[in-house]
Amino acid sequence: MPCPLPVLLRLLAVLAMVLGLARGAWAEDLQPVPPLASHVTDTVGLLTPAQRDMLQQRLAGLARDKGAQVAVLVVATTRPEPIEVFAMRVAESWRLGRAGVDDGLIFLVARDDRRLRIEVGRGLEGVVPDAVAKRIIAEVVAPRFKAGDFPGGIEAGVDALIERVSAEALPPPVADAGSDGALSDIDLGGLLLVGVILVPLALTVLRALLGPFGGAGVAGALAGYGAWQLSGMVILGLVVGVVAFLVILGMGAGGGGGRRGGGGWSSGGDWGSLGGSSGGGGFSGGGGDFGGGGASGDW
Amino acid sequence: MQFKLVLTLLLSLLLAGCGYNQIQINDEQVGASWSEVLNQYKRRADLIPNLVQVVQGYAAHEKDVLTRVTEARANVAGMKVTPELVNDPEAMARFQKAQGELSGALSRLLVVAENYPNLKADAAFRDLQAQLEGTENRITVARNRYIKAVQEYNVTVRTFPNNLTAMVIGAKTKANFTVDNEAVISAPPKVEFGTPARPAAQ
Repeated sequence: MPCPLPVLLRLLAVLAMVLGLARGAWAEDLQPVPPLASHVTDTVGLLTPAQRDMLQQRLAGLARDKGAQVAVLVVATTRPEPIEVFAMRVAESWRLGRAGVDDGLIFLVARDDRRLRIEVGRGLEGVVPDAVAKRIIAEVVAPRFKAGDFPGGIEAGVDALIERVSAEALPPPVADAGSDGALSDIDLGGLLLVGVILVPLALTVLRALLGPFGGAGVAGALAGYGAWQLSGMVILGLVVGVVAFLVILGMGAGGGGGRRGGGGWSSGGDWGSLGGSSGGGGFSGGGGDFGGGGASGDW
Repeated sequence: MQFKLVLTLLLSLLLAGCGYNQIQINDEQVGASWSEVLNQYKRRADLIPNLVQVVQGYAAHEKDVLTRVTEARANVAGMKVTPELVNDPEAMARFQKAQGELSGALSRLLVVAENYPNLKADAAFRDLQAQLEGTENRITVARNRYIKAVQEYNVTVRTFPNNLTAMVIGAKTKANFTVDNEAVISAPPKVEFGTPARPAAQ
């Protein structure tokens, strides 16, 4: 019986090569996901600026009135991926639609591939089911694209989608994007105020009233309770409480409020990330989820 | 016995810092992704009776293809599918094989449908086809997310120091959609022209 090792080695080498090649092709040649800056992203200049602004206004109006985030993306090609896979990557990177409501939608055109896709967020799958998406593509958009009227096709398709989405009873938008961002800024400022000024102040008062041990005890209990409520984990609350107690006790009477401020900061960071997902100026996805619903077509 | 219980409790508390919670979180994530995969497969199975009915209206004599789809669907529907399937590689392989056979039968049905212009023009068929395509895409997405979730879970379970925790609580790596199974699924269907297959070697 011959030793199987050389064969095995050769097999491994081939495997490594194939894997390497596949990985290389995968990593290098994938089309990048364009950054999300507005409701209409046209990387190939299919639309004139005026047409783009008009679409942009309509979609921004929809987001303002209904909260649903619908975006148009025109790219040259999605190769080597099929349009479905590329659309999913865009959806996962942009995260259109509000978190929990998942009312995002992407109208994707790959000009050179002559393919288009309507990628529907989970929350809109009821109002734009696959069959409807397919019909909009086949009956509204594709005929115009065939005639070379790309702006007209995109506009008609977007209008049909807006009409469908407007008919759906979605949860009303809380506030428009601008004031939302401002609101989270205020929250952040308020938290900073609490963390930097009020907490050390309260600590000093507590210490003066109850002595170093009692003050640290009460503060530790409060911190632990806060951590428990925020995280929902009793153990974490206990740990935070004990640590806060020890740290505050260790700080003594000196001006060590900064440490405790650190505790305030961590919750501030939490709020900051919450605010960051909803606001921040310009246009950004609200954290909506896509499950692969929608339809593709060509012209 | 008592001692062992106390020790386990103590270890669990200590190991919270060694990935116990992370393992639980990832385990839950795998379970959720798997439910989504099942959900989408179910959705596909639910579409099939209508599809078969519509196709029958135009191409009743394509019995072979129609029967095969119906049978494959019955196989899928007859499988006992539980969340625990994830922890049983063999059952997982069987499940994938059954779903793969259904995929093959369905795609053959759609190829056959291409020969019937009236069927292709039928509004109900077009809608069903769009739904089927959408569902296939959802299955792909759900499977990809499941693969990622399992990968994350397996990495958590196998890396230090979590692997020690995993050993204590008996968390094992989970089966993923493997390339082997993919090969079974994507094997091209045999082309038969009504003659009984003869043994290849003479």
